Amino acid sequence: MSRQLTAERQLGTRRKVEAGLHRRHRRERLFQASGMLATGVGILFLCVFFYTLVGNGASAFVQTKVRLDVEFSREALAPDGELDLDYADFDAPVREALHELFPEATGRSERRELNRMLSIAAGYQVRELLLENPALLGETRELWVPAAANIDMLHKGSIERTLDPALRPVSDQQIAWTDALLEQGRLATRFNTALFSNGDSREPEIAGIKGALMGSFYMLVVTVLLAFPIGVAAAVYLEEFAPKSRWADLIEVNINNLAAVPSIVFGLLGLAVFINWMALPRSAPLVGGLVLSLLTLPVIIIASRAAIKAVPPSIRQAALGLGASRMQVVFHHVLPLALPGMLTGTIIGMSRALGETAPLLMIGMVAFIVDVPGGFTDPATALPVQIFLWADSPERAFAERTSAAIIVLLGFLLVMNLAAVIIRKRMERKW
Amino acid sequence: MRMAGMSEFEAKDDVPAAEAAPAVETRGAHRRHTRAPERLTSLTHETVGEIRCENPFVIAENVDVYYGTNHAIRNVSLEIGKEEVIALIGPSGCGKSTFLRCLNRMNDSIESARVTGRITLDGQDIYSKDLDPVALRARVGMVFQKANPFPKSIYDNVAYGPRIHGLAADRAELDDIVHTSLERAGLLQEVKDRLDEPGTGLSGGQQQRLCIARTIAVNPEVILMDEPCSALDPIATARIEDLIDELSQDYAIVIVTHSMQQAARVSGRVAYFHLGHLVEVDDTDRIFTNPQHKLTEDYITGRIG
Repeated sequence: MSRQLTAERQLGTRRKVEAGLHRRHRRERLFQASGMLATGVGILFLCVFFYTLVGNGASAFVQTKVRLDVEFSREALAPDGELDLDYADFDAPVREALHELFPEATGRSERRELNRMLSIAAGYQVRELLLENPALLGETRELWVPAAANIDMLHKGSIERTLDPALRPVSDQQIAWTDALLEQGRLATRFNTALFSNGDSREPEIAGIKGALMGSFYMLVVTVLLAFPIGVAAAVYLEEFAPKSRWADLIEVNINNLAAVPSIVFGLLGLAVFINWMALPRSAPLVGGLVLSLLTLPVIIIASRAAIKAVPPSIRQAALGLGASRMQVVFHHVLPLALPGMLTGTIIGMSRALGETAPLLMIGMVAFIVDVPGGFTDPATALPVQIFLWADSPERAFAERTSAAIIVLLGFLLVMNLAAVIIRKRMERKW
Repeated sequence: MRMAGMSEFEAKDDVPAAEAAPAVETRGAHRRHTRAPERLTSLTHETVGEIRCENPFVIAENVDVYYGTNHAIRNVSLEIGKEEVIALIGPSGCGKSTFLRCLNRMNDSIESARVTGRITLDGQDIYSKDLDPVALRARVGMVFQKANPFPKSIYDNVAYGPRIHGLAADRAELDDIVHTSLERAGLLQEVKDRLDEPGTGLSGGQQQRLCIARTIAVNPEVILMDEPCSALDPIATARIEDLIDELSQDYAIVIVTHSMQQAARVSGRVAYFHLGHLVEVDDTDRIFTNPQHKLTEDYITGRIG
């Protein structure tokens, strides 16, 4: 009887499980499909983002240039017989070369329009060449000089030719000249070295990100020098030495909260403490680095504590059991094992610092600075702030430069995060 | 910590008089090897058998351990001789590992742990303020349940203790210490050609012998072993047991084990712990053939545990 009952129940279990299987499978498929949908949407957004970014910014890496046969004429450059590098009219030889190509443009306003097709950087180029080689005076050389930003935009197709002439920044005449130059093979795009070798400028074709890059570099140097040792020391103390008390809990909660404080608050703190109270210079990478240190410290401390916690307690016990002091345990065993995690945390903190804009606005790093900073106290701006500044500029040509700067910034972030991954993979030890 | 520098008499003041009085009797030498008139079945604060030994080296008196409010060890007194192997046995959670960790102050690293009573090593109070745990642990080595070699080379594992204590004057002397220690741990033949390979790459039994080599490289006076074979196969276990046998000529060895056979094979005396009490201590053959306490008998015959 009982045996029969058991057999019946076993059969019942089998039937019920089999009957329910179909529903379970359907649910599982549904769940997997929704997960894939979510991932797909994420990837789609990422693709759209990169597509528009590269679509907008790629053209900024090249610059439209005009090939001119420039005569470094003595009459134009050194009317008194002597070349004055400060006051000579370096634009004149370039303009002259362009005028020769279009002799029909004789009127004053026509000439002015023609002149406006070239960047003021063309004159700088002439000056640079003469500075390098004074023997050029009187010679004629073929030069590729940068076109003005509007011609650059026209050539790249960013300015609609069909637009009402009153609404577009280039005249019909300039369009005709551009086409003529193109036809003669005198107009082409070349790699935009200015973007990487110049500081900021009001003229888009001269504006570059070198100043911002150097500013960011100096800031990160200050940040890593301050935040890494302080963060690691704090994490080691809190994790290995501090007695577990209410104070330790309070500190832990506060560190976690600090990591979530809006970054602009750190900017205000930096303004109040470093600039107003400690009288450090405004717009300086030093102050920016200090502020970013405060900002990244909680991140580094949290990551370092997690890395220290991940060191197996058996290693500590082994060392303690042999008679190692607590400091020896930390320095001989815990730190070497926790270092990859700490470095990863630091690099991620650094990449956050590199992308930070808001706190820098508060300490004056949003200023328009043309010179490339040469030190920690020189006025400087940072890459994300430069992006912010260019995005605010009305010139059409700054739009593509904004995107280009974003691409460069993302490139650096990618490299840093990649470094974090590589360090973690290479230094990881098994136990 | 209440216990530091406290004398035996002060410690006793905390014990109710009714319990303190018979303690003297129990620990009297005349009770040695006498059979209790009636089989004890209850858990009292008294240890039956013989807690004393000839030529005592480590002496624990009225040791109590608390983890926060949890009273883990209750009034344990035990003497450990200079050249003996004593096995601590008992069911899980009975406090044998806790007691072991008192002997080299590893409980210090647990913040809520509090130890009262008095433990002396060669006459020196190990919980005295004058004694640095670092110095104590150089004299009282420890081998853990799970082999825990450092993620360093085999050589560096063994050399670590001598290095931090400055035991070797030069490289040659350090080489000598490493080789001797590995040889005494019976590992030298297997690893002598790959001393620079990571210690974590060895097999489980080899790792545990590496840990023993690492411990004896410091020349400790006492070696504490916390279930050293619990993660090893019978062959590796047999090797470690042989090793314990050899080492017992030079070191006092305290071993915690869950294996009755192991206790019977390696130890000269056995201490049975139950719920934080030290129930019975006696010579190994007496414990296993003629236990005096009902709880001991139940445990060794497999009725509890």
